Amino acid sequence: MLPAQEFDLLLGTLAKAGYELVGPTLRHGVIGLGVIERAEDLPKGVADEHAPGNYRVRSDGSPGWFGYVVGQESWKRYLFPPEQTLFRAERDEHVVRFAGETPETRRRALLGVRGCDVAAIAKQARVFDAYDPGSSAYGAALAQTFVVAIDCSHPAATCFCTSMGSGPAADEGFDLALTEIASDTEHYFVLRTGSASGRRIAEKLTLEPATRLHREAASAVSGRAVELIERGLDKQAAKRLHADHPEHPRWETIGDRCLSCGNCTMVCPTCFCSRREDTITIDGTSAEQRLVWDSCFNRDFSLAGGIVRESIASRYRQWMTHKLSTWHEQFGESGCVGCGRCITWCPAGIDITQELAAMAGDRGAPP
Amino acid sequence: MSLSQPHPRPFRVCAVSDQLEDTWTVELAPADGKRVVAAPGQFNMLYAFGAGEAPISVSRIHADVLAHTIRAVGRVTRGLRQLVVGDTVGLRGPFGVGWPVETMSGGDVVVVAGGLGIAPLRPVLDTVARERSRFGRVQLFYGTRDRASLLFQDDLKTWTQQNIEVNVIVDRGSPDWRGPVGFVTQPLEAATINRSATALICGPEVMMRFAAGTLLRKGLNPEHLHLSIERNMECGTGQCGHCQLGPYLVCRDGPVFGYDAVSDCLAIREL
Repeated sequence: MLPAQEFDLLLGTLAKAGYELVGPTLRHGVIGLGVIERAEDLPKGVADEHAPGNYRVRSDGSPGWFGYVVGQESWKRYLFPPEQTLFRAERDEHVVRFAGETPETRRRALLGVRGCDVAAIAKQARVFDAYDPGSSAYGAALAQTFVVAIDCSHPAATCFCTSMGSGPAADEGFDLALTEIASDTEHYFVLRTGSASGRRIAEKLTLEPATRLHREAASAVSGRAVELIERGLDKQAAKRLHADHPEHPRWETIGDRCLSCGNCTMVCPTCFCSRREDTITIDGTSAEQRLVWDSCFNRDFSLAGGIVRESIASRYRQWMTHKLSTWHEQFGESGCVGCGRCITWCPAGIDITQELAAMAGDRGAPP
Repeated sequence: MSLSQPHPRPFRVCAVSDQLEDTWTVELAPADGKRVVAAPGQFNMLYAFGAGEAPISVSRIHADVLAHTIRAVGRVTRGLRQLVVGDTVGLRGPFGVGWPVETMSGGDVVVVAGGLGIAPLRPVLDTVARERSRFGRVQLFYGTRDRASLLFQDDLKTWTQQNIEVNVIVDRGSPDWRGPVGFVTQPLEAATINRSATALICGPEVMMRFAAGTLLRKGLNPEHLHLSIERNMECGTGQCGHCQLGPYLVCRDGPVFGYDAVSDCLAIREL
């Protein structure tokens, strides 16, 4: 049990262990992610409202420090940077030499990772590790990362983690997990450890053991959060979407609404697509290749002689069926964690759960 | 833990030979002293200095020398066009699943190629020609645009001498062409094909769908039908997402697929 007034003890202990602290910060009316140093830097007394294509943060004077969910940023930028150098090449007459870039790996503590995002980190790790286990830059960055999870207490209207089995509380994939209990009379956190490095940090905190009352209060927070989740998604129907409804007329109506802006792919904590960009110095002797985030909503994303997905409908189908269905064949699980970001940050307010329900309701794709 | 990002290996250009006005072959050998092992049907990512990488299938395997037959279509391939003998080029690979050469052994083989689709099939035909007694009747059906776009003419002669039945057809006739004119399915339709043969098809998707349809109507077992799928592979390791075809990552699960695995996907528009 960690009293709220001693929260800085946790932050200080992590900092002393060499971790840069990254956590939720309120900027420009959005709960984003940034470097924090003390509890004072957290967005306190605020709540967030989510709806398809809609997001607002309001001050509600609530006593909690984590009474909101996820903003548009996910933690993926810290483990899978939006831009990274892959290699440099030097040319001297006929000879070209290549040197792979060694990415900077910083010891970093991610503070306040929600269950959905804890699951997303594990999913991306599996994607990047699938080809050559143990050799990915993602895995190297993750090995330097300390994850402090926070159980959600106030899920948003767009959340559906319960359907995807990823929340509202995390059950693995973290070093430490906290449940916040906040009222006008008391404010504390109940800790769980999830790894050896988590236990080492917890030992240094010399915590008062949680009583039965503390533990019951913590499980009540998570239990209430489960009940507050309104949205859902039929995971079995999701898995079958690609096989059952590849040519459902609904794709056309989504295509009419979708702007193909790619917001959903940028905010999605599991979307991993990238492209390579090459540059060369003006004297022609040095070149560099960089990896940058890409989006399957870009028109030239997929080529086979020409553009494969000319229609926006086909691009949305690619994104949604990959996330929900074909990820299973490719990586052995669903690619969705139910964070709801794609719903909130879609300028057209397209709701993946509603679209799935509309198609899955039609059992009769004619043979 | 520090970890270096993967980068291309330097390969030396051993030979450059023009095939057509816009198509040429480069032969590459490792410049780092290490070996390279490639299988027919696999591809490499070739790096044109400062311009980027392009997926190019291996068009001949001769010990440590890998041939790549390239058509100039974009920035990278035009960059590769500048290579001369003695240059260094970057190569990542080989990647992917190739043709089922081992399981073809002992049976009849039907090879159907369209245009540049003959390139990834050439190492298979080389193997057949070299180890001719391991295979039964071998038929090649090669369709191309016109007489001027006919690739590997010397090889066609060699293969004929090795008792491979070579059928060439062009889309557009010309005064210097005395062979048949039409679509590659025409000689395929007219030929006697052993139902137990293994068929390998590579070319534009439309051509592959029609050729597969013809062979299936002639009683070929769909399990013995294999196609090579073209997509814009970028990473080669199933991590960039570009080459997805429904449930498949073409760079990892292909580019060669059994017909049954991909026939549903190929029937869906814009997948």
